[in-house]
Amino acid sequence: MSKLHVSTTVNGDAVEYLCDPRETLLDCLRDKLNLTGAKEGCGTGDCGACSVTVDGRLVCSCLMLGVEAEGKQIETVEGIADGDVLHPLQQKMIEYAALQCGICTPGILVAAKSLLEKNPNPTEEETRYWLAGNLCRCTGYDKIIRAVMDTAAELREAS
Amino acid sequence: MVEVHLWSGLRSLTGGHHVVEVEAKTTGELLVALVQAHPQLQAPIDAGVSIAINGRVIATGLTEPIPEGSEIYLMQRLRGG
Amino acid sequence: MALDDRKSDFTFVGTRPNRPDGLDKVTGRAKFGADISAPGMLHGAVLRSPHAHARIVKIDASKAEAHKDVKAIVTRADFADVPFRPGLEGEFYNVLENVMAGEKALYDGHAVAAVAATSALAARDALKLIEVEYEVLPHVTDVDKAMTPDAPVIREGAADYSVPEGMHPNVVRYHESGHGDVEAGFADADLVIEDSFVTEATHQGYIEPHACLGMLGNDGKGELWCTTQGHWIAQKTCAALLGIETSQLRVTASEIGGGFGGKTTVFIEPVALALSRKANRPVKVVMTRSEVFRATGPTSSASMDVKIGMKKDGTISAAQGVFRLQGGAFPGAPGDMTAMCAFAPYNLNNVKQIGYDVMSNRPKQAAYRAPGAPMGAFAVESVIDELCNKLGLDPVDVRLKNAAHEGTKASYGPTYERIGLVETLEAAKAHPHYAAPLKPGQGRGISCGFWFNHGGETSVSLALSEDGSAQLMVGTPDIGGSRASMALMAAEVLGIAYENIRVTVADTATLGYNDVSHGSRVTYASGLATIKAAKHAVEKLCERAAAKWGIPVDAVKWENGCAVPSGPNAGDFDPMPLADITADMGSTGGPISGHFEATPEGAGVSFGTHIVDAEVDPETGKTSVTRYTVIQDAGKAIHPTYVEGQFQGGAAQGIGWALNEEYVYGEDGRLQNSIFLDYRIPVASDLPMIDTVIVEVPNPGHPFGVRGVGETGIVPPLAAIANAVSNAAGVRMKQLPMSPPRILAALKDNG
Repeated sequence: MSKLHVSTTVNGDAVEYLCDPRETLLDCLRDKLNLTGAKEGCGTGDCGACSVTVDGRLVCSCLMLGVEAEGKQIETVEGIADGDVLHPLQQKMIEYAALQCGICTPGILVAAKSLLEKNPNPTEEETRYWLAGNLCRCTGYDKIIRAVMDTAAELREAS
Repeated sequence: MVEVHLWSGLRSLTGGHHVVEVEAKTTGELLVALVQAHPQLQAPIDAGVSIAINGRVIATGLTEPIPEGSEIYLMQRLRGG
Repeated sequence: MALDDRKSDFTFVGTRPNRPDGLDKVTGRAKFGADISAPGMLHGAVLRSPHAHARIVKIDASKAEAHKDVKAIVTRADFADVPFRPGLEGEFYNVLENVMAGEKALYDGHAVAAVAATSALAARDALKLIEVEYEVLPHVTDVDKAMTPDAPVIREGAADYSVPEGMHPNVVRYHESGHGDVEAGFADADLVIEDSFVTEATHQGYIEPHACLGMLGNDGKGELWCTTQGHWIAQKTCAALLGIETSQLRVTASEIGGGFGGKTTVFIEPVALALSRKANRPVKVVMTRSEVFRATGPTSSASMDVKIGMKKDGTISAAQGVFRLQGGAFPGAPGDMTAMCAFAPYNLNNVKQIGYDVMSNRPKQAAYRAPGAPMGAFAVESVIDELCNKLGLDPVDVRLKNAAHEGTKASYGPTYERIGLVETLEAAKAHPHYAAPLKPGQGRGISCGFWFNHGGETSVSLALSEDGSAQLMVGTPDIGGSRASMALMAAEVLGIAYENIRVTVADTATLGYNDVSHGSRVTYASGLATIKAAKHAVEKLCERAAAKWGIPVDAVKWENGCAVPSGPNAGDFDPMPLADITADMGSTGGPISGHFEATPEGAGVSFGTHIVDAEVDPETGKTSVTRYTVIQDAGKAIHPTYVEGQFQGGAAQGIGWALNEEYVYGEDGRLQNSIFLDYRIPVASDLPMIDTVIVEVPNPGHPFGVRGVGETGIVPPLAAIANAVSNAAGVRMKQLPMSPPRILAALKDNG
């Protein structure tokens, strides 16, 4: 099967790759662009470890084909920090010890950032439901939820 | 002499005894002496045992000293997750 | 090991600094198992049996071999020839059989062949070209059925010395222990309750699937990168299975995306190496989630009978339990651990426990967080709760009345050293949660739990740099923030800043042997090793200072990061900071390092008490956990935030085990729910905040008093939640998970 050429934008950078039509966006990010921050935990859209945004919309990159990225704007965990300045969510995740093994962290960060962009003042329940698509097996979510809500409060104060 | 308490599943290998008296100053000597007293204990020892000396579980060491009058329990080797 | 120098006042220990690897993990740059590649790399894939039990008659790989992208195919013949290789027996033999099936496929998902091809897609395509002829055999996946006389035999001769005569060959190990006279004790009781309980197999559920990259040449030298809880056991096992020398295989542990016991053995690692040896190229293998569920170790399922007698005042007069654990198609189900842990929280005059290890046509069980203990606690603590209800007694008071303490003869034999169960129960009683009113439809449950904890073989090396910073090499993969704890303990001894210590998880070529990150041993054993290694370095620092001052070394002591004269007679010198000593160490005697290589003994057992409120919807049978409090003895919390994290994580996994998670097998012996959609672990919207109370009753076996905390936290939840649900629903729940259909059925049976 011949490969298809794709031009897209990832974290603001114009990129191109050749991919098999069966390969997912996650495969392409990881194997062709060496952006291994997004993880494959399930391949079925259940765990959220591969979360990215496509034209601002939160998606599981394991459920989208690489060829569908043509002309899109993709944002991954690698694009969250601003140069050497961490995003407040990244800082709070560290301070709250909201990660133990850290495999779900990239997906949680992408999803939480997406939440705060849509809803700067989420309740605990809203935060829990928004992040219900991101599995964490280590923390019991307690510290993650606290970190996200504290970040939201801090961002509201700063704005 | 120290008294070594065995778990009850081992009684079939020691002629019904669940306490065996042996001469031993270390954990290694204790295991050797147990097999001398009851050769059939070789199998469970090979399968893995720990020795509790006065309540502290010694998982593998053969050189741990056994003070006179210690309470000694043979236990199945512990595993974790 | 002599512990002459117990410490109780701390500068760094007990603080909550950011973890050293935090930046890597929030920016996506941390490298996990699947995040690596190598020049010329091939991709491997594994063909798995669709049958629960089948003789492998023939494997025809000729079509796959002819595929242009395929570079190697391996079957069992490509591994070490087992019967003739001394040393490859016992557990190594079982692991080999599990890694690649021999004469029989023993469960749905059992590996039978593997290919390496130029792309992951090509490798998966090539699997479809391998033709396997199976002779399907009768199977059994249920523990009680596997013990019945007409059950199919999984493997003849697998039973060890312990199994009494006359038992089915699927019963492979037997444990019996206890003391006193249980019959006399039951006769003495005012109320005796005997009941049976069942728990289903659950998976550790780590979010990162198994992944590795192997390189092995025909010169017997290899490299392996893998996600593992213990790279030395991976090294030793892979070398044995491939027939190479252990030291010729260098294994590097990647960052690990969760393990919980499930990554304490190997699955795809020897396969990647065998493929690499054949293709003479590096081979990467990454499991799919479905492969993780079908072919890696879930925990055991259990069937249990528990009988407890109680006096009217709450005193337990006798306790007895029979615990049958199913561990898949290989020996190893922790029936002995279940038996030994089940009654361990209590001070009992009469106790007897029996454990069975039973084989069935399911994947080889692997350790899962306090392996064996949660199931036993579920059965025992449920019966105690029922006794309390029937006798009108407070469940915390009854547990306090019977609680084991220092000097109690444990149910498994020895006499306890200093332990903290009573302190956790007193904290539970004093906690606002215990006094908080319940709403209609809600129930409260409490449970205690026990776990042994483990020491294990440990090597640590600490080297000082000229600028006064330190690099610490440990061999236990950091699975939950242990780099931070190690740095805190090293900082405490050296007296230098936490930030000036770099902690590295060393590869197998860089450090001596290290046991796996399991048994809640890392903060205890690698921590003890770190403290000893740092003290070793401090001794040398004192020697250098003594030489500079021209005084005897025993006239120098170490205080707050400086060498100081030990007393007024030693001489009048200003404190000499560590960095002043290391600055010119090259000319005062050479590098300064500290080491520790031994097996720390004295891990110190640990107890916890959990309080749970649950609400049951009688219409749908759905349970919500509305409040949860974990109280556990940590001995000494080195980094309290990560200790809380362990408590919360254990509780969350326990909630999943109690309410949702289970392996579901069809009549055909195939696993029916091998993706996260169908095997549902708790998500954020399922859980409340999980409160924690850290009790600190120092472990006499650790210089700072540490007890392992990772595993005990999953022991009480099954029972605590079952007690809460039973009290809410008004009917005793005896089978896990308490899924909505089971709750509805129980409510219906109860009228």
